[in-house]
Amino acid sequence: MSTTQKTLAVAGAVAAALTAVATTQASAQAKEKCYGVSLAGQNDCAAGPGTTCAGTSTVDYQGNAWTLVDAGTCADIEIPAAADGTPRHGALEALDRDQPA
Amino acid sequence: MSASTTPTPLRLNQLPNAAGVGYKPQHFQQILDAPGPVQWLEIHAENYMGDGGRPLAQLRHLAERFAISVHGVGLSIGGESPLDADHLARLKQLLSWLNPASFSEHLAWSTHDSHFYNDLLPLPYTDATLARVCDHINQVQDLLGRRMLLENPSSYLAFAESTWEEPAFLHEIARRTGCGLLLDVNNVFVSATNLGYRPQDYIAAYPLDLVGEIHVGGHDEDEDDHGKPLLIDSHGAEVVDPVWALLRDTLTRSGARPVLVEWDTDVPDWPVLAAEAARAAAALTQAREAA
Amino acid sequence: MSRQQEFTRAILNAQLPVPEGLLDGEMRAAGRRFSVYRNNVAVSLTEALHQGFPVIARLLGKENMDGLAGLYLRAHPPKSPLMMQYGESFPAFLDGMEQLAHLGYLGDVARLELALRRSYHAADAAPIDAEQLAALPPEALMSCRLRFAPAMALLRAPWPIYSIWRYNSLDGAPKPQAGAEDVLITRPDYDPQPQPLPPGAASWITALQAGETLATATDIAYAEAPDFDLSAPLALLINGAALTDVLPKERP
Repeated sequence: MSTTQKTLAVAGAVAAALTAVATTQASAQAKEKCYGVSLAGQNDCAAGPGTTCAGTSTVDYQGNAWTLVDAGTCADIEIPAAADGTPRHGALEALDRDQPA
Repeated sequence: MSASTTPTPLRLNQLPNAAGVGYKPQHFQQILDAPGPVQWLEIHAENYMGDGGRPLAQLRHLAERFAISVHGVGLSIGGESPLDADHLARLKQLLSWLNPASFSEHLAWSTHDSHFYNDLLPLPYTDATLARVCDHINQVQDLLGRRMLLENPSSYLAFAESTWEEPAFLHEIARRTGCGLLLDVNNVFVSATNLGYRPQDYIAAYPLDLVGEIHVGGHDEDEDDHGKPLLIDSHGAEVVDPVWALLRDTLTRSGARPVLVEWDTDVPDWPVLAAEAARAAAALTQAREAA
Repeated sequence: MSRQQEFTRAILNAQLPVPEGLLDGEMRAAGRRFSVYRNNVAVSLTEALHQGFPVIARLLGKENMDGLAGLYLRAHPPKSPLMMQYGESFPAFLDGMEQLAHLGYLGDVARLELALRRSYHAADAAPIDAEQLAALPPEALMSCRLRFAPAMALLRAPWPIYSIWRYNSLDGAPKPQAGAEDVLITRPDYDPQPQPLPPGAASWITALQAGETLATATDIAYAEAPDFDLSAPLALLINGAALTDVLPKERP
């Protein structure tokens, strides 16, 4: 592809994107008044549930003593490790880079 | 400014002597549409220390309409370690932006050795604790350039080494630092039940002229090892009648004060919370009429 | 050991005795009264992890999530008083659990949830008017650079993390199929939205984030995916209010 062809292709794609924007933007209505509850982690000054609960169990809190029991939706989905041998600790450089030092 | 040179302002804060509620995001629209008796709102400082987004947008909106009280739950004023400088800076930024009608924190600790335990942990009432808490309050007030209120805790146990009664301890902190006090009458009721004294005696010993705000809230009931009642400050239910009675007694002695209803767990729909605020407003009316 | 040192150790480990000198109102040992604090800490942090990682909690079920939270909160108590930030190291913790090795995607799904939470609290930034792009002549367009809103985030994973998130977040969503997925998070108004990206788009956005021109970024994307079409990711970015500046030529 020549530079000119590429420039025209990009300009065309940008124009196409802007068309898509014009048609979808009208439906974007979510505002602060749509009082969404915080995604997570609210601080408060309430006390918890009495004297018999998670905090008082004397289970072994060493990681190797813990066992997985059958329960959640992970049982419904079968996803083998990536066929290309990608390591399972997927590195997310883009995310990590955005974190404050 | 240090404690010795701080002039004592006539008002402890700028909250109206009226009913307020602890703000929960799920009530945003209804608070604006149907505030009922609610004239002011309290927020937990730490929930508004993000960089932006909906929490701060909602707060900006609410602050146009209501007086706001910022109530910190994470400063660890009673901590053995120095106050967290980053957290103090965030607090200063929030208060500079919002310029709220009041700022308050707890007589408690929650951070130790750089870890935060997300609970208001108890303190022995000793001279050493007194000196440390006063140092920390002076530091906070100097940095913020404003007077703060300090809240009495809910107690589940006592420390053998304590040499002060809690009302006198709080009075001495206020005397040394110039801070005001936030009197949580539910905490008084909970602590009095748990440690076996009369809540009325606590109120009688309390320096009510230094109280800039009063809290009420619901609690749960449990038992200790001996089958004695152990009340838990859960903020997850309606305020019980004996606590309303204690509020009325207190207001009769103190005169009208800003009264807040706290409900933090199992938060009800707005009409239920507004009805609790109406009871607080009625207690204020009754106190004014009795005066 | 200081009082508070002793206190926190006993709070996190219920096998340790209740610290000395803690009493009830009749000068008897406090006993289970101390459990109020043990419970407040463990239950509130467990709840924070459930709220912060709802998809992980659904994938594993409540019992597993409670157990993992109990391990995690003791190994990694919060370092900040802001509960909105708690769980930053939870993805790596999941990666490191041998018992979860057969669910290799968990860590990356947790990273997606963490990124959504960060986006929710990220600073506000005014997006560009799309007309600004439309007004640029083709050559100027090719040599421009873009800046992105703080609420935007990009994740690349060898797992179908978007499909797994959707299956556990939206009613009736299809079951995820194996395969790598790149996800773009944008925050139009106040609600973060994850979107899967077509091949090449993540490299295109990464290059733009690094300050490359639209021409260079597009070359990079073509090299990775010959049929790359920038109109799809560009529309996502504009609709997501993720573009904050169009800078002409020179590096900012």
